Amino acid sequence: MSDTTAGLLQVGLLLAALALCYRPLGGYMARVFTSERDLRVEKVIYRLVGVDSKADQRWSAYAVSLLAFSFASVVLLYALLRLQEHLPLSIGMAGVDPALAFNTAASFVTNTNWQAYSGETAMGHLAQMGGLAVQNFVSGAVGIAVAVALIRGFTRSRTDRLGNFWVDLVRACFRILLPIAVVSTVVLIASGVVQNLSGGTDIATLAGGHQTITGGPVASQEVIKELGTNGGGFYNANSAHPFENPTPFTNLFEIFLLLLIPVSLTRTFGLMVGDRKQGYAVLGVMASIWAVLVVAVTTLEVRHPGVALQAAGGAMEGKETRFGEWASSLFAVSTTGTSTGAVDSFHSSYTGVGGGLLIFNMGLGEIAPGGVGTGLYGMLVLAILTVFVAGLMVGRTPEYLRKKITAREMKLVSLNILTMPLLVLIGTGIAMSFAAPRASMLNAGPHGLSEVLYAFVSASNNNGSAFAGLSANTDFYNIALGLCMLAGRFVPIVLVLALAGSLARQAEVPRTGGTLPTHGPLFAGMLGGVAVIVAGLTFFPVLALGPLAEGLA
Amino acid sequence: MTTTIPAPAPTPPAPATAPRRVGGGLLDPHLLLTALPDAVRKLDPRAMVRNPVMFVVEVGAVFSTVSAIFDPGVFAWTVVVWLWLTVVFANLSEAVAEGRGKAQAATLRRAKTETTARLLLTGRVASAGERVEAEEVPATQLKVGDRVVVEAGQVIPGDGDVVEGVASVDESAITGESAPVIRESGGDRSSVTGGTRVLSDRIVVEITAKPGESFIDKMIALVEGASRQKTPNEIALNILLASLTIVFLAATATLQPFAIYSGAEQSIVVLVALLVCLIPTTIGALLSAIGIAGMDRLVQHNVLAMSGRAVEAAGDVNTLLLDKTGTITLGNRQAAELIPVGECSHALLADAAQLSSLADETPEGRSIVVLAKREHGLRERTAGELPTAQFVPFTAQTRMSGVDLPGRRVRKGAAAAVMKWVRENGGHPTEQVGAIVDAVSTAGGTPLVVAEHVDGRPARALGVVHLKDIVKQGMRERFDEMRRMGIRTVMITGDNPLTARAIAEEAGVDDFLAEATPEDKMALIRKEQEGGRLVAMTGDGTNDAPALAQADVGVAMNSGTSSAKEAGNMVDLDSNPTKLIEIVEIGKQLLITRGSLTTFSIANDVAKYFAIIPAMFAGVYAGLDKLNVMRLATPESAILSAVIFNALIIVALIPLALRGVRYTPSSAASMLRRNLGLYGLGGIVAPFVGIKLIDLLVSQIPGIG
Repeated sequence: MSDTTAGLLQVGLLLAALALCYRPLGGYMARVFTSERDLRVEKVIYRLVGVDSKADQRWSAYAVSLLAFSFASVVLLYALLRLQEHLPLSIGMAGVDPALAFNTAASFVTNTNWQAYSGETAMGHLAQMGGLAVQNFVSGAVGIAVAVALIRGFTRSRTDRLGNFWVDLVRACFRILLPIAVVSTVVLIASGVVQNLSGGTDIATLAGGHQTITGGPVASQEVIKELGTNGGGFYNANSAHPFENPTPFTNLFEIFLLLLIPVSLTRTFGLMVGDRKQGYAVLGVMASIWAVLVVAVTTLEVRHPGVALQAAGGAMEGKETRFGEWASSLFAVSTTGTSTGAVDSFHSSYTGVGGGLLIFNMGLGEIAPGGVGTGLYGMLVLAILTVFVAGLMVGRTPEYLRKKITAREMKLVSLNILTMPLLVLIGTGIAMSFAAPRASMLNAGPHGLSEVLYAFVSASNNNGSAFAGLSANTDFYNIALGLCMLAGRFVPIVLVLALAGSLARQAEVPRTGGTLPTHGPLFAGMLGGVAVIVAGLTFFPVLALGPLAEGLA
Repeated sequence: MTTTIPAPAPTPPAPATAPRRVGGGLLDPHLLLTALPDAVRKLDPRAMVRNPVMFVVEVGAVFSTVSAIFDPGVFAWTVVVWLWLTVVFANLSEAVAEGRGKAQAATLRRAKTETTARLLLTGRVASAGERVEAEEVPATQLKVGDRVVVEAGQVIPGDGDVVEGVASVDESAITGESAPVIRESGGDRSSVTGGTRVLSDRIVVEITAKPGESFIDKMIALVEGASRQKTPNEIALNILLASLTIVFLAATATLQPFAIYSGAEQSIVVLVALLVCLIPTTIGALLSAIGIAGMDRLVQHNVLAMSGRAVEAAGDVNTLLLDKTGTITLGNRQAAELIPVGECSHALLADAAQLSSLADETPEGRSIVVLAKREHGLRERTAGELPTAQFVPFTAQTRMSGVDLPGRRVRKGAAAAVMKWVRENGGHPTEQVGAIVDAVSTAGGTPLVVAEHVDGRPARALGVVHLKDIVKQGMRERFDEMRRMGIRTVMITGDNPLTARAIAEEAGVDDFLAEATPEDKMALIRKEQEGGRLVAMTGDGTNDAPALAQADVGVAMNSGTSSAKEAGNMVDLDSNPTKLIEIVEIGKQLLITRGSLTTFSIANDVAKYFAIIPAMFAGVYAGLDKLNVMRLATPESAILSAVIFNALIIVALIPLALRGVRYTPSSAASMLRRNLGLYGLGGIVAPFVGIKLIDLLVSQIPGIG
């Protein structure tokens, strides 16, 4: 079978699997967040924590609960990492340095999973399972909760209540993430992914040296890493490591997992707002951007012009031979388009323009299809922006899903759209202005700039993948990227919750013939255009000096 | 100023299929010149700061001027000049828009000459013949509640209501309409406006507005834009523009460290040029002009909006409440059909009906003559052609009119009265007449019976004239348009439900409210608003005032009472209720213009990047020259061309901003498709062409090309 046939089959299989799960999972998630009933286990948790599950929160209370929970998570995780040598199951790992511990805590709580360390040489099993994996679950659940709160902003009217953060969090964990994770872990284990609590196996290498091969609870962690669009690998090599991702099947299954919830949430959205077409429109935009990028990146990698590379069958540097360009490109676009950041190939080794497209994919704000929850609310924020301009063009005060977009909504949307670009541009600008951060670059010229840019785009968008080629475990990068991750996560969340609160307070506007339809291809096309143009205009100059300068040379 | 809006029906009878187009005033190029000094005056940073986008351009221009002083060159200075021109052009657009208003304000001021008032000392209503002591006081000293006497030839000193007398008043100073109007005490035509002139008779006016707050003062302030506040949508758009400006500011500012790293440090002038090209200057420059021009367009339609907010709300209206009489139907009922009875022929009935109506100067009477001519080919006869005829005028007692000819008498009037006359003259009306009369009434019409009495024979009924409401021509098409725009039309009438339904169906409105009292009207508005709908209505009477205040857009007729004018947020100087539809269209056009130019402005950036980025960096990374898709001559000419295009596009779009973009009433989807294609795609393509053309010229300049 040729590479092309295999590649197309993989894409076809992936789309078929997603299509199969779209309706049942989307519908199930809608029921989870509209149901009045609590499960027994949930009731126990609410009683333990002292939460009244029937109490609806204002947007501000929702936001404060979320921030308090996340702050506590950062502190706990930081402490766990600092003190890991004194705790059980450390398999001999030392406590983590303060700057790195802050960076890692911020990284996992913000669903980023930027890793300035090598998992197999820095983290014990307790840190992996009790710290990182737990955050992989709850940080994903936080994202879903925010998306659900925003949807409620559209569906509710004349109220200041958005639901209960604790209930949404617990339900997202126990009813959505956990069940899927358990089933998927079994699949991965059956496919050859490692799952044990071993302290490592010493082996003699062919060259006569000694090597310790670390085992651990890899499969269970691998699943939530993809499912929760987290991306933090058990091993430094992440999904390129054969213990995490041994076969083309596991590779495809992992791509499926990282797209599963972001894609299905559009169905949940459509059902909750009572118009499934609205969900299709949003999904259509996400899928179109994803598809265009998959085609572009794959083409660039397969048709790399270098002589040596063509002899090798394309740009295979930094890619695993068991995956090839097709599966690697598919994984790369999917991981940068969601906020996953897992990698099965090294993005630094992609062609200049191909690597630039991966940066651009994140620079879109990760909306194709985005992280769990974050992708949906990111896209809805862009949809409001689009509706605003489009609404004016049809001569009415703009409205989306029966809510008016007034100055207040536009203020929140504008601030939201401002946050990430400012973090990226200012962060990269500062890093490139000083000698010490520049010294971390392993390459000179445009590729060096791409390395730094990639780090800040990845952190500010809570992606977490690394370009490779940047020694990021320095105080500067640990702290700067840690701050970018926190601001890139929580500033938009607070603004989105405020937006939800503001929408929920409004009365519904009746739909008439003068209302701009927001479910058709025309609007979807405009939404896609706005997303691409806004991100394109923001990042074009720096992309020109980095990936484009390299790729067009 | 001219407008392209066709006058409300019936003239000219536009073909129903032709799409109507809403336009605005045309731009007088002379205005550009006269506005120039104002534009330069507006460079004051204290004024500029209110427009964040253009303020950034001005600050950038200052920086690059300083930079050019220290590091002079043809390129640097040319860019600096065009940066300043960009700011001036933005101010020019605002100044031109304001200039048009100022011209109107000057005309109004002339009407507001210093007048003296004859203040009634007793303050009581003078009864006829009684001499009243009056005192001459300056009009500026009048207080609310004062009563003044105004006689023929005098100027009314302030806004008020006529409390005694009736007079014809020349209101051309505010309406531009030279025909005098009647103002009388009581009823809905009692309000008078300060600055207008009494032409005949004598009236006593009770002052209702303080000097300085009169209608004419408000008008002056409005057209001058003195009290202009940003409207809700304008604020929201400004927020978006400001945040885009911040993003581009960050993108440009952080470009310098990347450029230094890449070995291509950029001068301040080039960075400012990039920034100015990226931030949405086109819409930023034209935004306030669009707002002013929107208000101005209303003024040209003789409508005064008390706030820009009201104009915007007009574009959002979901439900239009329209009074039947005068808005949907012509003011008076007209003859629509002649129905003969017995052996009487159509021709005989038409002849009799015409004869009996010759002396009837009421609109109903005239309409019978017109119908006889149109439908039955009867030439109109003047009273003089029938020297022997004796005309019997209509009186409230007889309730009929007619004519006495030698040997023959003809009568026309209310069914009961004419039947009685027939019986009195020996006739026996057939039962057929009663049935026809009932049928006409049921259909919502008014039946008039025509009868004749020829000497020597018993009187007999000839037939029935069917008078009915005539729906204005073109109304159905307009309501169809409204429906496509998502606006529901509701007809308000005092008629019974049966009549109302008949007219509503004929006119094509969506709904009607029959036997409507002011309370019903109010309840209807509340109900619509509770459903989240915005309601617009017109009104003129005092009993309309609460509903006018409650409606989101309340258009008061200038002929109405001052309480109605006070309650509404717009006043129609022509007192033409049909204009409500145009007001809605102008409101929409205002928003569409803003949205379209915003899209255009942002879409422009794509081409500018392709001009400037290769120019900045192709020197160090030769591969980036591939991005120079326009093949611009040199880096300097590329950057300069982008800056010049950016400045010139503002001037080029001033007429569009003032006139408003073309607006054809249609569904939201088709409107979006059209405007997105024109201003979105057009906005991407136009600058590629424009910048290339400018580059061809600019590259001829020594030191740049």
